[in-house]
Amino acid sequence: MSEIPTELRYLSSHEWVRVEDGVAIIGITAHAQHAMGDLVFVEMPEVGTELAAGDEAGVVESVKAASDIYTPVSGEVIEINGLLEEAPETVNSDPYGEGWMFKVQIADESELENTLTADEYQAQIEDE
Amino acid sequence: MANRTALYESHLQAGAKMVDFGGWDMPIHYGSQIEEHNQVRTDAGMFDVSHMTVVDVQGEGSTAFLQYLLANDVAKLKTPGKALYSGMLNETGGVIDDLIVYNMQDGNTQGWFRVVVNCATREKDLAWMATQSQGFSVTITERPDFAMIAVQGPNAIAKTCAVVGEPKAAVVRSLSVFQGLPADDWFIARTGYTGEDGLEIMLPNEQAPAFWQQLIEGGVAPCGLGARDTLRLEAGMNLYGSDMDDSVSPLAAGMGWTIAWAPEDREFIGRGPITAEQANGPAMKQVGLVLETRGVLRGHQKVIVANVGEGEITSGTFSPTLGYSIALARVPAATGEAAQVEIRGKLHDVKVVKPPFVRNGKQVF
Repeated sequence: MSEIPTELRYLSSHEWVRVEDGVAIIGITAHAQHAMGDLVFVEMPEVGTELAAGDEAGVVESVKAASDIYTPVSGEVIEINGLLEEAPETVNSDPYGEGWMFKVQIADESELENTLTADEYQAQIEDE
Repeated sequence: MANRTALYESHLQAGAKMVDFGGWDMPIHYGSQIEEHNQVRTDAGMFDVSHMTVVDVQGEGSTAFLQYLLANDVAKLKTPGKALYSGMLNETGGVIDDLIVYNMQDGNTQGWFRVVVNCATREKDLAWMATQSQGFSVTITERPDFAMIAVQGPNAIAKTCAVVGEPKAAVVRSLSVFQGLPADDWFIARTGYTGEDGLEIMLPNEQAPAFWQQLIEGGVAPCGLGARDTLRLEAGMNLYGSDMDDSVSPLAAGMGWTIAWAPEDREFIGRGPITAEQANGPAMKQVGLVLETRGVLRGHQKVIVANVGEGEITSGTFSPTLGYSIALARVPAATGEAAQVEIRGKLHDVKVVKPPFVRNGKQVF
């Protein structure tokens, strides 16, 4: 069973979000990276891009397949994880830590209410 | 329920992630597809390929039958055990399947060939072979009693010899490339689908799990079908159903070299249409594509060739050996050395090369 930290919130499309001082840090879950296999390429949004909740923000590609990444919250992209450009496999080895993907300055905290709790996300992947 | 090979339990024990593959429960990887890929390029790895279909063609008419059935000519197989890669074409010149045929004849055995066809095409292949064999004195026998293990990589033969013991090791050492010979109740061939040296070993199902375990103990790593696909693509080898199918001519699928045009009076199925196509100059050809910048080429992406036309990627992947993406594509015959591929709405420049991309661990284009 993949690890699902209880302090994070989730999207049904397998992103996680951690909130720190009004900033959303977003990555993909352990379950997602495991299902995709070895990641070889991560395409991230440009810093400064204004995203709306639910927008496509980037793409992860494994040897097998490509998968879109969505943002759970609206706001401006203020930082991306440059490490992933050279070392996309970091997402496989540490999906909730060094493998984070991008940060968004949260425009509307209430949007976080639409995300899943760890228990809800766990229930969803068990149904898959 | 899906079909299972004799090694199903062995895969679970080795921690395989199992997927459906043409109606079979098969291992896609055992943890990391890239590590398995690199294991085959640098040392030795093994694949369960028991899902593939083994068919024996026997009888005094078997040579004539296969000369009619296949675009390549089994008359080339003069040495016992020698193998041939061929397309089996339909009447319009499309590829029903690609296969390997081994000459099983020696001084004592006449009229015997062993054919290995794909798994997903099994039913249509067997039906086609049965229909076309009318009028030939042959029997066609499927061999589901065999499991098949492919041991591949620069150390594959040495590690296999260390495990099998004599006299099988002596048979292995005697094999030339693209030759297979019986050894007791096994059949061992120096063939593969990775671009590395190695063996494909057919053995009775009940012996397969023990041999698989011996190979693991002998330092051969289990590898899944994921690595098998990246290895074959680096090696520039076609995958049936992706790179060609019933609607594609061998001339448009990089299989021109497998057509035996001589002797001119050999009539094989599909000869008429592909002869006409060859005379007119085929409209499409198969090429390799290389994307040296970031991104991954995938099947069905559009290929745009300036002032020439458009084509399509038939297989694409990230190449673990090269560190960037490669693909096989079907493009207009006039395509030169440059093209563009559309990935998620954006055009990316790619180099057009002649496959293979990797042989024996090294870049070759």
